[in-house]
Amino acid sequence: MPALGADMDAGTLTEWLVHPGDQVEKGDIVAIIETDKSTVEAECFDSGTIGELLVEPGTRVPVGTALATITMAAPVSAPVPAAEPHRPKPPEPEPEPEPAPGARVPSARPRTRRAPREAPGPGGGRRPPPAPKVSSPLVRHLAHQRGVDLGEIEGTGPSGEITRADVEHAAPARVKASPLARRLAAELNVDLATVTGSGYGGAIRADDVRAGAKAARPAARLDRGEPRPAEGPAADRLESMRQAIARAMARSKREIPHYYLTSAIDLARAMDWLRRRNRRLPVEDRIIPSALLLKAAAVALREVPRLNGFWADDGFVPADRVHLGVAISLRDGGLIAPALHDADDLPLADLMAGLRDLVARARTGRLRGSELTDPTITVTNLGDQGVESVHGVIYPPQVALVGFGAILDRPWAVDGLLGVRPVVSATLSADHRATDGRTGGCYLQAVDRLLQRPEELS
Amino acid sequence: MNAVLKTTYREAVRAALREALLRDERVFLMGEDVGRYGGCFAVSLGLLEEFGPERIRDTPLSESAFVGAGIGAAMNGMRPIVEIMTVNFSLLALDQILNNAATLLHMSGGQVPVPLVVRMTTGAGRQLAAQHSHSLEGWYAHIPGLRILAPATLEDARGMLWTALQDPDPVLIFEHGSLYNVAGELPADTGAVGIDRAAVRRAGGDVSLITYGGTLAKALDAAGELSGDGIEAEVIDLRSLRPLDDATVIDSVRRTHRAVVVDEGWRSGSLSAEITTRIVEQAFYDLDAPIERVCTAEVPIPYARHLEEAAIPQVADIVDAVHRVVGAGG
Amino acid sequence: MTHTRDPVGEHRRELLRQMLRIRRFEEKCAELYSAAEIRGFLHLYIGEEAVAVGALQALTEEDNVVSTYREHGHALARGVPASSIMAEMYGRATGCSRGRGGSMHLFDVGRRFYGGNAIVAGGLPIALGLALADRLRGDRRVTACFFGDGAAAEGEFHECLNLAALWRLPVLFSCENNLYAMGTALAVEHKETDLAVRAATYEIPSWPVDGMDVVAVEEAARHAAEAVREGGGPHFLELRTYRFRAHSMYDPDRYRDKAEIEAWKRHDPIDGLARRENVTRDELELIEKEVAAEISEAIEFAEAAPLEPVADLTRFVHSERTGAG
Repeated sequence: MPALGADMDAGTLTEWLVHPGDQVEKGDIVAIIETDKSTVEAECFDSGTIGELLVEPGTRVPVGTALATITMAAPVSAPVPAAEPHRPKPPEPEPEPEPAPGARVPSARPRTRRAPREAPGPGGGRRPPPAPKVSSPLVRHLAHQRGVDLGEIEGTGPSGEITRADVEHAAPARVKASPLARRLAAELNVDLATVTGSGYGGAIRADDVRAGAKAARPAARLDRGEPRPAEGPAADRLESMRQAIARAMARSKREIPHYYLTSAIDLARAMDWLRRRNRRLPVEDRIIPSALLLKAAAVALREVPRLNGFWADDGFVPADRVHLGVAISLRDGGLIAPALHDADDLPLADLMAGLRDLVARARTGRLRGSELTDPTITVTNLGDQGVESVHGVIYPPQVALVGFGAILDRPWAVDGLLGVRPVVSATLSADHRATDGRTGGCYLQAVDRLLQRPEELS
Repeated sequence: MNAVLKTTYREAVRAALREALLRDERVFLMGEDVGRYGGCFAVSLGLLEEFGPERIRDTPLSESAFVGAGIGAAMNGMRPIVEIMTVNFSLLALDQILNNAATLLHMSGGQVPVPLVVRMTTGAGRQLAAQHSHSLEGWYAHIPGLRILAPATLEDARGMLWTALQDPDPVLIFEHGSLYNVAGELPADTGAVGIDRAAVRRAGGDVSLITYGGTLAKALDAAGELSGDGIEAEVIDLRSLRPLDDATVIDSVRRTHRAVVVDEGWRSGSLSAEITTRIVEQAFYDLDAPIERVCTAEVPIPYARHLEEAAIPQVADIVDAVHRVVGAGG
Repeated sequence: MTHTRDPVGEHRRELLRQMLRIRRFEEKCAELYSAAEIRGFLHLYIGEEAVAVGALQALTEEDNVVSTYREHGHALARGVPASSIMAEMYGRATGCSRGRGGSMHLFDVGRRFYGGNAIVAGGLPIALGLALADRLRGDRRVTACFFGDGAAAEGEFHECLNLAALWRLPVLFSCENNLYAMGTALAVEHKETDLAVRAATYEIPSWPVDGMDVVAVEEAARHAAEAVREGGGPHFLELRTYRFRAHSMYDPDRYRDKAEIEAWKRHDPIDGLARRENVTRDELELIEKEVAAEISEAIEFAEAAPLEPVADLTRFVHSERTGAG
């Protein structure tokens, strides 16, 4: 059971996506795991053959419990060690296609997983390779599950392999919903894909559907004899998340000596630049100021890396990449801060797209495990609440949290002249064990400086 | 106004036996220690003195012989009530119960009805260990040709026997051993009760707790506790384990959309599995959560109190199961 | 009438006729089994006819009979029509158990014939119960309970002998000792092979009888049944007999010596009685003709009989109640 958050001590395996004997590649999603906070996809960190599944779906096990055995893929030249002596040897995996020279595989995150070439079936040479398109066993399994003909799909993998995402695109996952919820959805004309599940394993339950139906309906119709609006069906889940937040925050305040620094930053140039840039773009591609702030917060960490990393074993462990934990409040309450991977490296447009995607998935409970464990620092922006400044609590074992308040028009003196400028209050909460105020000050200065040259952030 | 009697489950069963012996001279009671000893659980205490040894018959420890003799007597016009000390001992008569009592009518093309009533104790909770504590009524409920009753209340302890005696076919009555001392009140004129329908012992709209016999009281206790948490459980007492009253169960689940089955039998291949399956078969599109079962751990019932308690369904287990079913995920 | 009035002779000719009915009926059954008209298990009584015919002479119509899976002979001797037995073996609706019992489960409650029981010793407790009910009501009936030597190895045998003796129940235990429990010889599975002696240890009057001699069987049974009827408690007859054919149609009969079978065949109860009574060839032919006609009619009846509708499959699992309720 992977630890998918510092505060997680156990998780429930809700679904296996692989079977014994399946070939898996490092980075493949092999299981769905339910934590106190979210439903996440567990990825596999080795390539090889799945041996035995050790944990039954529905079982809650402590972090660190082995979930499955995996026979590691042997080097290409060496024979594959057979898992069971009396079974025919599993087919040797084909070597992975080399990435194009010079092309950097971005962050090795599984969003563009490479699928292995189709391994020959157990029948050996009996069958000729059936199709030019290749796909992993996991992808074939998924395709079979969803009744997708792989021959009909255009692969988007590096060499045209069909990826899991391609299959998911071709046939969206069946939403997990109780039989009653499914029936009600049909009766109330609610699309289950738009409903957030509050039940076990994120399953949609009747009350979720009723809530969805209510939300979709004009308010005027509500006072008629409509079905009773939802009343806390998600209460347990929220309660559980509340407990998780409580544990993490209490631990933080107990263990971490926080210090706080605040800078007011003039955003006149930044807002100006954004306006000009957005004017040229279709609405869906426009950048919101928050994205720019995130980008600045990420890039500034390159200059002040001592705020980017973890406090572990009485020492600071720097992170070698910048994964911004973005605090997202969920619609029905609760808070989650999944990682925007390599935020410092992402072009602004990609960062914006990544942010949208992250928010959407956080709110539908489909985050990946790595997104919950990877953040190296957290950024919280309560600007749209009208909050002036945020003095946040650090999410352990991180060592810093950056808070942004609302961008407000303020009187601002420049070169001895008073004018009205859009100003944001940037606050740093930092772990005094890892850094001192001077380091924090350097960081806020860097953020400020970067935001004065927004074009360089794009 | 009815007069109300203070009584116990044991006294209620005894009153039912007395009434049957008084009302129908074809009725006689037969079993190990039912006469001079007064019944292993003192149910038949005093009956020998009142009705004599011809009608209150002590038998040798020959379960197969005296259960089979009950079958033969029933075939030949009598209305025997056979008592077996515990369900574990009934296995010594399983041949007679299954191969003869349950089978003769069909095998003879309808010629040989067997109007036999067999009573026995069942269940754990008294530290009697693994050969006196099992709940095997679910096995018997597997057998076509038998009717299986599980009186869980004083009223049913008093009223089911006479109705069972009117049945032309074999009826097995399972009395949970922990119930005999249960005290309560009954109207003085309490009489026969129907045995075809399950009973809703507590109404509620959030979850259906389906149980019978010895675990009814636990389910009701759990429901009381849950009510404090704002969860209203409907508690259904099956009363008849074969045939099962699907209608009452399904009607409840259609209203609550959630079900927890509580059964002191083992889980695998069990009555709880049967009930769960019927709900899924008949009310699948009304279910808003997976069905939970609270059953006995898959071990022979151990002697030590703490182990026995851990083995069999307890109120806390039922409460937890309901929370899993009613509460949100996670 | 060519022969003189002779009640004893006439009765013995009737015994002969009954035994021949059973013999010819069962030979036909074997043939029909080979032709796949009869299926399931088929246990033939050939060689043991004197036991059923002799013992049942001692019973009145009011008495009860409990039998085993080798019960064609008991049913025929009790008066169950050959046609309804044959129809049962054909699995027809007009069979004596409406096609639900087959060869091993012939029932005719109107004749107080409480069935063939295919669990060895499974009928003994039932016989006790039938007798107990009679006793409690004060009916002076006898319950004849047939079982084989194999039953003596079952716990139920001992439970029931004890209980019947203890309660002085009116049961006539009729043990057909044919020396083999399926393929296992009596001596292979019992230390004490004298079953009458073992029954006597329960203080039940018991004695062995030559089961190949119908007259001896009848005499013993009459004596025992009268004692039972008079309140003498259970009696036990060990009827020593032999089946000429294998245990069932499935049985290759590898466990018996051919010579042993041939030796027993020299004591054929039918031949023996015919010889002793000086039955003429003409008389025999006449009986054979009657019997053959009865069997032909039984087969015609069975072949023409309707099948029970499948819609009635689950009938008789529970009693069919009439009226409200």
